[in-house]
Amino acid sequence: MQPEKFFYDNRIVKQFGIATIIWGIVGMLVGVVIAFQLAYPALSFGIPYTTFGRLRPLHTNAVIFAFVGNAVFAGSYYIFQRVLKTRMFNDTLSKIHLWGWQLIIVVGAVSLLLGYTTGKEYAELEWPIDIMITIVWVVFGINMFGTILKRRERHLYVAIWFFIGTWVAVAMLHIVNSFELPVSLFKSYSLYAGVQDALVQWWYGHNAVAFFLTTPFLGLMYYFVPKAAERPVYSYRWSIIHFWALIFIYIWAGPHHLLYTALPEWAQALGTVFSIMLILPSWGGMLNGLFTIRGAWDKVKEDPVLKMFVVALTAYGMATFEGPMLSLKSVNAVSHYTDWTIAHVHVGALGFNGFMIFGMLYWLVPRMWNTTLFSRKLANQHFIIGTIGILVYAVPLYWAGFTQSLMWKKFTESGQLQYQFIETITSIVPMYILRAIGGTLYLGGALMAVYNLAKTMTKGSFVANEAAEAMPLKLQAMPAVKMHWHSVIERKPVRMLIFSLVAVAIGGAIELVPTFMIESNVPSIAAVKPYTPLELQGRDIYVREGCYTCHSQMIRPFRDEEARYGEYSKAGEFVYDHPFQWGSKRTGPDLHREGGKYPDSWHFRHMRDPQEMSPGSLMPTYNWLIENDIQVKSTPAKIRAMQTLGVPYPKGFDKIANDDLYRQADSIVASLQKDKIKVSRDKEIIAIIAYLQRLGTDIKKQQTTSDEVH
Amino acid sequence: MTVMIVLLSVSLGVGIFFLLAYRWSVKNGQFEDDQAPAYRIFFDDKKQQPK
Repeated sequence: MQPEKFFYDNRIVKQFGIATIIWGIVGMLVGVVIAFQLAYPALSFGIPYTTFGRLRPLHTNAVIFAFVGNAVFAGSYYIFQRVLKTRMFNDTLSKIHLWGWQLIIVVGAVSLLLGYTTGKEYAELEWPIDIMITIVWVVFGINMFGTILKRRERHLYVAIWFFIGTWVAVAMLHIVNSFELPVSLFKSYSLYAGVQDALVQWWYGHNAVAFFLTTPFLGLMYYFVPKAAERPVYSYRWSIIHFWALIFIYIWAGPHHLLYTALPEWAQALGTVFSIMLILPSWGGMLNGLFTIRGAWDKVKEDPVLKMFVVALTAYGMATFEGPMLSLKSVNAVSHYTDWTIAHVHVGALGFNGFMIFGMLYWLVPRMWNTTLFSRKLANQHFIIGTIGILVYAVPLYWAGFTQSLMWKKFTESGQLQYQFIETITSIVPMYILRAIGGTLYLGGALMAVYNLAKTMTKGSFVANEAAEAMPLKLQAMPAVKMHWHSVIERKPVRMLIFSLVAVAIGGAIELVPTFMIESNVPSIAAVKPYTPLELQGRDIYVREGCYTCHSQMIRPFRDEEARYGEYSKAGEFVYDHPFQWGSKRTGPDLHREGGKYPDSWHFRHMRDPQEMSPGSLMPTYNWLIENDIQVKSTPAKIRAMQTLGVPYPKGFDKIANDDLYRQADSIVASLQKDKIKVSRDKEIIAIIAYLQRLGTDIKKQQTTSDEVH
Repeated sequence: MTVMIVLLSVSLGVGIFFLLAYRWSVKNGQFEDDQAPAYRIFFDDKKQQPK
């Protein structure tokens, strides 16, 4: 038999690679801006589009889906073709994948700046974009499985398995977490409410880390680390075992994001147990990578690619040791809601993901442009500056996390809270400044990479189609080479069964989930009532401005939290919250019992100028809420949507909802007038005040009534 | 907490998918040789060596 000649498609790798670099710089730049905003709130410039609450989702989405996403696609398209010994299944699909993904990024970025958000962390993009993501992901899947089917190498190298795992799991996560009811083109409500929404969101959030930031990177690692070290992976058998272990354990660990919350105990315990088990497969991958490089330490001294890989793997090891530790309830009690979490994820993102990507690009670009790296010295300097950047970023934040948490929990001898919330924030501002400097250093390193890689590209000549040859697989063993993909599946009963099961499961879920969820959204606390139309509008403003990026709405059952915020939060209090807004970080205080704590006028002045009411506050001004009108036209549609989701507004309430809205607005206007504040009743500030004054008050009412009885 | 049923069944579904994938890969003989695949990724290197 003659070897077949064919060409690898390098252009698609190049395009995804360039997209990686561009979006990487954008995402990191936004990160640096918001890091400085946390120390100097004036940097929000007093306009909606540049405040922390909108830029922070832009930063996380840009870094995760644009920077890391494009890098995964670049790396996997390169790897697929080489280890499967074939060109990608279909060039047109590759192009649709590339440009579709970039379109999603651009539309997503603009929509986040405009305040179109679902209010669920790392899944903020609104429903039309969710559909676009699904379509592009399916295109990627067809291209990937098509390539696997037409391969010339029977064995699937372990990296391929990691990409298969990534694709399947991300598809499932994205679909389940994106069930939402559209109200208008750019507004939807999560199908799930309160505690259920929280569970779905963190099942998604945790597994997004697992299957978007981890498994594909282990796939990249198993190809590029051996290649760069010029030696085979330390133990191939080990790589197989740790892949399957990782896949089976990861999906169950999500509830560790909700320890001490209103989530049922057994679900929390399940999350903890699986999180601790995860340390084995995670470290299996890290050690396998490091042991592969172990035989090439002499090269590590000189080669920036290997240096980056060593730090990346070490960061992966640290983050995956820390993760299980943070899942222990006693540790989580201290770490949760603090900057400890932010430090933890950045060890992973800057160290593992970032350095894997830069190492990969420094290795790939010279090869695809048929030349050598423009400056090895510059790359080594990037490595040093980047590593210092990570340390200057992470160490102060760990310190800040500990400091703030210990201050929160400190009582005086007479049993009073020792510190006001604002003191716990002002004391960590110096750490915030250091962190911002660390991030700037890291960004500086990335810019050096841009220059270095661009120079390498201009000095070499790009090989768009790289010639290769391989023996075809024997026909009887691999009919896929000649046949339409579907007839291949049909000939394999087991595979056919699997694919149909998956199809049926997805279809069934789409049909069943809505019914399930709506019926189960019944209140368990009688005193908890639906939001009034004005409060609902206020809540949507709260979501739009990204308040959840700094404020939690979940009081844990600890002595200090009850003393500081009030009675701990109950699951039954959130049944009308589409989406839930528990948050995951307290740069500001918890707001779940905010209602009735301060007069309306306090909130008005605080929104206009937070530092006036609370000197040293890091909150930016929200003075446009005083100018903007409430979108009253949307009220009926919103009420109807909520009714569809099972919120018990009376029949026909949508028609009179705005009358109710104005009645409540008038009473707030009157109360503000008493404190000499003049504002008209149709301004957004009225709605947000109504919402904040409602927060957590329902069960207070219940207590008052029962007190009266006794 | 009906959402637990949804999440458990979806997670189990994916788990079963991977289990079947694992079964397929074992039966297909994917793991019979746990040495050569690690070396095979180096076979295409000659042409790519930069001058």
